[in-house]
Amino acid sequence: MSADAPLLVVKDLTVSFRSDEGLVRAVGGISFSVEQREIVGVVGESGSGKSQTLLAIMGLIDSPNAIVSGSIRFMGQELIGLKRRALDAIRGRQIAMIFQDPMSALTPVHTIGNQIAEQVRAHEKVSAKAARPRAVQLLDAVGIANPDRVVDNYPHQLSGGMRQRAVIAMALSCNPALLVADEPTTALDVTVQAQILELIGRLRDQFGSAVILVTHDLGVVAEVADRVLVMYGGRFVEEGGKSSVFRAPLHPYTWGLFGSIPPMEGPRPARLAAITGIPPSLSDLPKGCAFSPRCAFRHDACLVQLPIMQGESHRAACLLPETTRRQFAVQRAGGVEMQR
Amino acid sequence: MVTALSFRLGQMVLVMFGISVVAFLIFFATPGADPSARIAGRNASQETLIQVRHDFGLDRPLPVQYGLMMNRLFVSRDLTSFVNRGQRVIPTVISAIPVTLSLVGGAAVLWVLGGLIVGVIAGATRGTFVDRALMILSLIGVSIPVFWLGEVANLLTQSRWHDSWLFSWVPPLGYIPLAENPWGWFKALVIPWFTLATLYVGLYGRVLRASLIEMMQEDFIRTARAKGIGERRVLLHHGLRTSLVAFVTMFGLDFGALVGGGALLTEVVFGLQGVGKLTYEALQTLDLPMILATVIYAAFFVVMANFVVDVVFVFIDPRARDVG
Amino acid sequence: MNAVPRPLLRAGDLSKRYSVGRSIFPAQRRTVHAVDTVSLDIWPGETLGIVGESGCGKSTLGRCLVRLTEISSGSLEFEGRDISEASQRQLRPLRRQMQMVFQDPSASLNPRRRVGDLLADPFRIHERLSASEMADRVADLLRRVDLSPQHASRYPHEFSGGQRQRIGIARALALRPRLIVADEPVSALDVSIQAQIVNLLADLREEFNLTYVFIAHDLSVVRQISSRVAVMYLGSIVESGPTDEVFAAPRHHYTAALRSAVPVPSIDRARRGRLVLKGDLPSPMSPPSGCRFHTRCPAATSLCRSERPLLQSIGEGRLVACHHPAGG
Repeated sequence: MSADAPLLVVKDLTVSFRSDEGLVRAVGGISFSVEQREIVGVVGESGSGKSQTLLAIMGLIDSPNAIVSGSIRFMGQELIGLKRRALDAIRGRQIAMIFQDPMSALTPVHTIGNQIAEQVRAHEKVSAKAARPRAVQLLDAVGIANPDRVVDNYPHQLSGGMRQRAVIAMALSCNPALLVADEPTTALDVTVQAQILELIGRLRDQFGSAVILVTHDLGVVAEVADRVLVMYGGRFVEEGGKSSVFRAPLHPYTWGLFGSIPPMEGPRPARLAAITGIPPSLSDLPKGCAFSPRCAFRHDACLVQLPIMQGESHRAACLLPETTRRQFAVQRAGGVEMQR
Repeated sequence: MVTALSFRLGQMVLVMFGISVVAFLIFFATPGADPSARIAGRNASQETLIQVRHDFGLDRPLPVQYGLMMNRLFVSRDLTSFVNRGQRVIPTVISAIPVTLSLVGGAAVLWVLGGLIVGVIAGATRGTFVDRALMILSLIGVSIPVFWLGEVANLLTQSRWHDSWLFSWVPPLGYIPLAENPWGWFKALVIPWFTLATLYVGLYGRVLRASLIEMMQEDFIRTARAKGIGERRVLLHHGLRTSLVAFVTMFGLDFGALVGGGALLTEVVFGLQGVGKLTYEALQTLDLPMILATVIYAAFFVVMANFVVDVVFVFIDPRARDVG
Repeated sequence: MNAVPRPLLRAGDLSKRYSVGRSIFPAQRRTVHAVDTVSLDIWPGETLGIVGESGCGKSTLGRCLVRLTEISSGSLEFEGRDISEASQRQLRPLRRQMQMVFQDPSASLNPRRRVGDLLADPFRIHERLSASEMADRVADLLRRVDLSPQHASRYPHEFSGGQRQRIGIARALALRPRLIVADEPVSALDVSIQAQIVNLLADLREEFNLTYVFIAHDLSVVRQISSRVAVMYLGSIVESGPTDEVFAAPRHHYTAALRSAVPVPSIDRARRGRLVLKGDLPSPMSPPSGCRFHTRCPAATSLCRSERPLLQSIGEGRLVACHHPAGG
C-alpha cells in the first residue's frame, strides 16, 4: 500500500433491516473515502443513516435482521464479512470509536483505568501493572486534571465532560489510524463541547489520526472538519471541502440546513428559512430524490429519477442544473453577507 | 461509615422488635386463641384454667405479658414448650440451626453455580435451540413442587433402586452432624441439596438470562466490543458483571428466607430436624412459644440477609458506595 | 390602561431549595439551591429568553414561575397579585393565563388517548361547551399549529417529534393564555424541524399577542426568538438585558464564554480566537464561595472569591452581577 493511498475506502455500502414493515434501508449504497490524517464531517439529521454508517465501519451492527453489503476497505483490507477474531485485531487498535452519550458508554462497575488497560492489553502484550501508567498518561493527554486519581475513579464519579475525555483517552490508547466519532459533543454542555472539539482538533497533530465525525450540527463541522459530507435519507447529497461547501453549498437540502440555524451575529431574520415537511420514513422512501417532498426547487423529474453525485471535488446529488444551483448559491451567499 | 453502620443496626433492631410484637399479638391476643386453654389441655376445669393463666402470667395486661415472654425468650431462655412439657424452646431452635444451615448452604452453592451456568449459556445463545431447551428445563424446574420432587427422590433412592449400585450409598433419612462424620453428612444431604436447588436453578437461570440480555443492549457493551476484546470477555467481564447486581439481591433474600425456615417442605420430606421442620410441628400443635421463637428467628435471618446484601452491594456496585 | 405599565409576572428573590440525601439526621442532609434569589420582571408582549447550561436551574425557575413547583421563598406576582402562596384551587383560574410547553411532548401526552380528546381536555375543565363546539375549537387549534383537523382522531405515537411538539403547543394555546413558559421546546428536535417550531412560536406570538418565557441551552435559538435574555449560572442570573446587546457585547465573563463556545456554521468565524473555559460546572451541592463563577473565570480576583457580586444595573436595561465586568 502506498503512503498516499486513502486510509478508508467505502464503496456502495448498504445497511438494511428486515422488519414487519418490509425492508428498512438505513444506508442506501454510499461511497466515500477518508485520507490519512483527514477530518471528515458527516452531517445529517436523525434517520439520515449517519450513525449506521459508522457502526458498519466498526462492525458493530449485530442485529440478526441486519443486512450489510458493499465494501469497506481499511488500509487495503476488506472489513465486511470479516471474522470476529480478525475484526477484533483491527477495531480498538487501528480504528477506534467515540460515542454520543458518555454517561452510558462506560461500564459502571469498572474503574476508568481498568477500562483503558483492558483495551491496551487486548492488543499489546502488556502487564496490568505496565498498563496503568499508560492509562494515566493518556488521561493526562486528553486534558484530565489529576489523572493519577481519576484513573482509579468509577465512571459515575466523573462529570459528562470528564467521561467523554476518558472515552477519548480509551479510543486513543492504541494510537489508532482512524477515529470514528458519533455525535461526540451532542450530550455535553456548550462550554464543555468547546473543550472537546478543541481536543479532537488537536488529536490529529498529536496522534496523527484521521477522524470521521458524525454530527447534526453544521457549527461543529465548521470548527473541526477538513471535508464535509451531507447525508439525507440514507445517501449523500453533497460532498466537498469545508470552505467550498460552507461558501457555496450546492444542494437544496444543505441550503435548508443553513437556513434553519439562527445566526449568532448581525440582524435576526424575521423568520428562519426553514425546510417544510418532515424527514422521510426509511421504510417508505420517496421514489425519486428522497428530499423531493420537502424541496422548494422540485420539478417533475425529481419525483421519478434518483439523482447521483456529480461534480469534481465538490459534488452534489441534485437534478437541478448545476449552473442554476451555482447561481443560487452565490445569491444566497450574497444574502447572508448582506445580513451580516 | 460508622454512623451509617450503627444506624443500620438500629434499624434492624427496630424491625425485629416490630415483628416480635406482631407475632406476639397474633398468637396471644387474637380472640379465640386462648393460650391457657392449650396449656391446660382438653376438658380442663375452670379453676385449672385460672391457675394456668396466673402461672403463665396470662392474666396480666398485654404489654406486661409481652415483656414477660421476651424476657423468658431472650434473657432467662427458659421458656418451655406448651406441648412437650419441659422442652426448652431456645436450645431446641439452636440445635436445629446447623441442620438448616447445612441444607440451605449446600443447596445455595448448587443453585448459584447452576443458575450462573444456565443464565449465561441461555443469554449468550439467545434465540437458539440451546436457549429454548434451557428455558423449558428451567420452567419445569420452577414448576415442580419441592415436596413431590423430594418424595420421588426418596422413593427411588430409599426403596425402589436403593439396592442397585446407583443408590446403595444413600444413608437412611435424617441428619448426620458434620463434626461427627463429614462424609456421612455429605451423603445424607446430597439428595436434599439437589431437590431444594432445582427450583432455584430454574428461577435464577431465567432471571439472570433476562438481566443479561437487557445489559447486552446497553451502550457500554457496544463500547466494549469497539475496543476489540473478544465476545466472551464482553459477555463475562461487562455483561455478566453488571447483571450480578440483580442476582445478588435475589440471592440474599432467598437465602435469608430459607435459613429462616423457608426450607420447611424439604426438611419435612427428608426428615431433617431443622428450623423449618420445627416450625411445621409447632404449627401443627399450636405450640405458641415454639412458634414465637421460630418466627423471631426467621425474622432475624431475613433482616440479616438484607443487611448482608447491602454490604455486598457496596463491593459489587461502586455506585452504591457514594450514596448517603 | 393604567398610566404606569406593570409587569405581567414579577418574581422577587425567588428561591427553590431541594434537600438531597436520605438520611434522617438533618445534619447529613444537604441542600441544593436550584434557584437562588432570582428577581425578574416579565413585561406583556415580550419574550424573555433564559439560557444556561445543564444544572443551572433554568428549568426549575420556569416551573416555579407558573407554580408547577412549590417556591421555597420569595415573591411571585401575576399582574400585581401575589400568587407565591396561592393554593392550587386559587391558582386554577390563573392556569388559563399561564401555560407551559415541555421539552419532550410525548411524555406529557397520554399515549392511550386520541389527540382530539387531549386537546379538548382544557375546555372540559375550564369551559362548558357542546360537543360540536368542542370539535370546532379542536379543529381550529390544530389548524393554528399547521396540523390538519383530521389529525384529531389519531394517537400521539402516530406523529413525528415535531408534530407532537405542535400538539403540545396547541394544548398550551387552547385557553388563550397570556403567558407561555416554554422549557427547551426545540432541543429534542432535528435542526430543520427546530426552525419550523421557532417560526411557529413567533407567528403565534404575533397572532395571539402572547408573552413567552423561552428556556433553552441553545444560544442561537434563544437569540432568534427573544427580545430580552437572562443568563443563569448555578441557580442565579448573572446577566440580563436586551438580546442583541447582550450577545453582541456580553458584560459578564460567563456570558462571553458561553457566547464564544457556540460553534457557528461559518468558516469565517471559526478561525477566530476563542475563549474556552477551563474545568467543569461545580456541583450545585457545594457551590464556590463568593462569585459562583470565580473558579472558571479568566478575570477572577481575590474579591471574587470572597464577596458575591449583586445583579446591578449598568444602564440601557442591562443588569450584570460581576465585580469586573468585561468590555464596556
